[in-house]
Amino acid sequence: MHDTSVHAAAHHGPPTTFLRKHVFSQDHKVIGKQYYALALVAAYVGMFLSWLMRIHLAWTNAAIPGLQLLSQSGAPGGVMTPELYLQLLTMHGTIMVFFVLTTAPFAAFGNYFLPIQVGAEDMPFPRFNMMSFWVTFTAFLFLMASFFVGDGPSLGGWTQYAPLNAVGSVGGPGQGSGVVLWAISIALFCVGQLLGSLNFITTTLDLRVKGMSLMRLPLTAWAWFITSCMGLTAFAVLMPACILVILDHVAGTSFFVPSGTVMNDQILPHSGGSTLLWQHLFWFFGHPEVYIAIVPGLGIVSHILLANMRRQMLSQRVLIYSMGALAILSYIVYGHHMFVSGMNPFSSLVFSFPTLVITIPSTIVVLIWTFSLYGSRLRINSASLFALGFISMFVSGGVSGFFLAQPSLDIMLHATYFVVGHFHLVMGVAAMFGIFAGTYFWFPKMAGRMMNETLGKIHFWLSFVGAYCVFMPFHYLGMAGNVRRYATFVDDFLQPLIPVHRFITIAALITGFAQLIFLFNLIYSHFRGPIASQNPWEATSLEWSTPTPVPWNNFDKHPVVYHDPYQYGVKSSVGDYVMQASPEQVETEHDEK
Amino acid sequence: MRTKKTLFVFSTLLMSSSLMFAGSVTGKVTYTGTPAKQKPIDMSKEPSCAKQHATPITGENVVTGANNSLENVVVYVSAGANDDGKVPSQAVTYDQKGCQYVPHVLPMHTNQELKISNSDQTSHNIHPLAKVNQEWNKSQPPGTPPITQKYEKEEFIPVKCNIHPWMHGYFVVLKTNHYDVSKSGGEFKLPDLPPGKYTLTAWHEDYGTQTADVTITGAESKDVNFTFKAKAY
Amino acid sequence: MAKLFAVTIFVIAILSAIPILRHTWVAPEDISTHGALIDKQMSETMAEAGISFLAAQFVLGFFIWKFSNRPADAKITKFPGGAKGLVIAAFLVVGIEVLALGVFGAKAWANVYFTPPSSDAMPIQAQAGQFAFYFRYPGPDKKFGGIHPEMVNEGTQNIFGLDPEHDVDARDDIVAAEMAVPVNKEIHLLMHAKDVGHSFFVRELRLQQDFVPGLDVTLHFTATKVGKYEIVCTQLCGLGHYNMKAYLNVMPQADFDAWLKQQAGQ
Repeated sequence: MHDTSVHAAAHHGPPTTFLRKHVFSQDHKVIGKQYYALALVAAYVGMFLSWLMRIHLAWTNAAIPGLQLLSQSGAPGGVMTPELYLQLLTMHGTIMVFFVLTTAPFAAFGNYFLPIQVGAEDMPFPRFNMMSFWVTFTAFLFLMASFFVGDGPSLGGWTQYAPLNAVGSVGGPGQGSGVVLWAISIALFCVGQLLGSLNFITTTLDLRVKGMSLMRLPLTAWAWFITSCMGLTAFAVLMPACILVILDHVAGTSFFVPSGTVMNDQILPHSGGSTLLWQHLFWFFGHPEVYIAIVPGLGIVSHILLANMRRQMLSQRVLIYSMGALAILSYIVYGHHMFVSGMNPFSSLVFSFPTLVITIPSTIVVLIWTFSLYGSRLRINSASLFALGFISMFVSGGVSGFFLAQPSLDIMLHATYFVVGHFHLVMGVAAMFGIFAGTYFWFPKMAGRMMNETLGKIHFWLSFVGAYCVFMPFHYLGMAGNVRRYATFVDDFLQPLIPVHRFITIAALITGFAQLIFLFNLIYSHFRGPIASQNPWEATSLEWSTPTPVPWNNFDKHPVVYHDPYQYGVKSSVGDYVMQASPEQVETEHDEK
Repeated sequence: MRTKKTLFVFSTLLMSSSLMFAGSVTGKVTYTGTPAKQKPIDMSKEPSCAKQHATPITGENVVTGANNSLENVVVYVSAGANDDGKVPSQAVTYDQKGCQYVPHVLPMHTNQELKISNSDQTSHNIHPLAKVNQEWNKSQPPGTPPITQKYEKEEFIPVKCNIHPWMHGYFVVLKTNHYDVSKSGGEFKLPDLPPGKYTLTAWHEDYGTQTADVTITGAESKDVNFTFKAKAY
Repeated sequence: MAKLFAVTIFVIAILSAIPILRHTWVAPEDISTHGALIDKQMSETMAEAGISFLAAQFVLGFFIWKFSNRPADAKITKFPGGAKGLVIAAFLVVGIEVLALGVFGAKAWANVYFTPPSSDAMPIQAQAGQFAFYFRYPGPDKKFGGIHPEMVNEGTQNIFGLDPEHDVDARDDIVAAEMAVPVNKEIHLLMHAKDVGHSFFVRELRLQQDFVPGLDVTLHFTATKVGKYEIVCTQLCGLGHYNMKAYLNVMPQADFDAWLKQQAGQ
């Protein structure tokens, strides 16, 4: 195995020019940082859009000063129009799901740490890796361009249901050029992820150093590996689906528009398309995508908890199997997004059972984490706080899955704020907490400096309490029947719920403010933070065996792995842990693999 | 400065002198046959609009009056006098009130400013289904400033609000300032026509168009009437 | 810090549960014949999910309280049940829980979707289009006229694209913007989408179903309480989605007959 990694490194020598070093770099570490920067920009843009949406929902006809600068026709006098609201909604969803939740925990951290954790010098296809980032970056530019082209971004939501996504501008502002730009952007994004997934899979399987058996891989590496297997199959379905949408727009095809569609009293020149086809294609991607966003978080949280619990997991094997089960099940549960979509009601029942069953591996993961805390020596720092917060959020967002897995309850809860609360907690907030935990934990290795712990803790407290204040009430609104994706609440029935929306908006603004503290901490610490040692957390995996900053080819000399990834709570010459790459023999809790 | 003033006085004189000799066309628009029955509009979906109408209003695509008179017919000079380039500086206005367009049919000159306002307590989207001109579709929340637009080319443009699908009207973009819309008795008047040979066109959104030739020789008033055939369905 | 964190988790868990236990925000009262099973399923699921939520948060908080910031020489101990115990517990407890929910939930679902409408159910066609619902009653001949998409004209109020000139069945069809139904009478709802995807959601009826363009689906229900209820769209259909609604007007049979007569006269 160590032989192949030497070959990989031979693909490219150390870069010499600025452009090759920092821009068109083939170094997985630079690419990882580029992905992180992209996700960071995207996250703040997405958050800003959500602020505007929240303010509009709470105070509907209030003018938001300066909003007319963002969109002249979308906000006459600063008052948000319904189409602008939906355009912001589409962009918020698309940016967050694709360019933050997929990019940061998987592409950013994965790129930086997967090769190091397996002991490789780089990914096996560095040029593909570079391409993967730049294609993703181009995808982001295409998406952002829709703000400035024609009548703005699409208003179809991140799920872009057919036939609204295929009828063109007759469907409303942004449904012409906005949708085409969206589809191009997402198709490109898929290309980027496919290239990335290929690299991740090959790295994990082929580039492990001597002694690094599969079971000795850190849980993060396992999570990234499982995620890339999902990415390879899921994005391969979304990409052609997006191409079909583009064809419906520019080539006059009718994949998603049926005959007899009448808009604005004119019959559309389409026939023979199927709207349910889009939903099947989209959700066949869409549900694995949810796990693509969260599984890296499961790995990151496990990795960080272990370093801070100073002990082994109750069972690492069970965690890996559970993540694998989540990945496999994620393909056969997607129909729960379509219970009331007009799909055969028998199919709804068939999809309901695997959806209920997926709670079992999720429960096992939570139980293993929680009961591994038992009898540990838990260290509290920003990273571990966010990791523990992740568990709490994952549980809170997960239990609402019991409801949404049942078609009979979906009748009442489908397309309500209950769903919004559910997925924001379980894949939005939880995955963000995973990203934050990862940032506080790995920043010393990536930037060579420590982050400020006090600011980190303030950031945690505001985020933790704030996120609950924002997303718990969403469930209550949903149970009362508050429909989602409404630009304004005009129904009589919704009037009594508006105070709840105001509470949520205020909480969202405060929680958002906390994210600015994080941004400040990140930038300040990058330049002024105290210099980090090689292994500040006394952690065991290979990324902590290599110097900080990490040399160009990751290791001064090839490491050899002697131990399981998380040998904490042992007695060794350095303390209560032994590094994976340390030949020292110690007495361990479990037998080594 | 002085030359400008002189010019202004001169041109005013010239214009008024031409007006002194100008003729006019008056007439009436009627129909034959039985028009389809207009159904009342159910606005229950938008209570703030519904309560503005004591009795439910009907659609305005065919509005008839006493003695078979027909309203909302645009009569304009389609050939003979061409005011191309003389765009009136004053804007035409279009209001949304009680989930209805006021007026139902709005003629305007090409490139004339069009001001659309919303007097309702609800958002409307204004969606003129232009084919020759640039199509657009914009919402106007209550209390927001008027939307101003211009159309460059001649066209009969159906206007609709998708939020309130019964709302329906027309922008009639013409290359002339000689136009009128028939009133409740079906009457119309085209004043200030200098001597010449003209073709008049009468346009109704459901019943089509009719034309008539007319020659104005001096300060006279000519009578031209139009009769449309009503459609039962 | 760790103890404060544990307490925060306890407080959040309890505060989250209070509105549920006090029924602060709940769905409006059920007015359908099939809704009782759904409501029962909902409260049972809430009980199970609620207990899982509270148990998980409390155990997490308790362990954080107990095992954080211990001295360096504190003994690392192993949870006596071990991973095997947890896995077995998860399979047994959660497995049985979800199986039960799945089976009983299937009954509630079947109650809505797998029972055919009775033969004397009253047919009403609902058409969804950007951004309004319209409803069609077949009239005295009990036959719906055919739909001709090319004839749809909202300006002249030919909402469904009927052709009364050539189609006799269409002449007595009654089209209304509100959905009046007689109380305690089974309704067979035929759902037709004019343009893009929409949805038919009446909270009180415990009914939600998408309109599928190109595919007419049907539903059936019986409303048991006189009153006016909102029908709202729940499938994102464009800029006016938020204001796409109509009213369901449940009336006594006599009132309904009068209403129908009045609509037919217009």
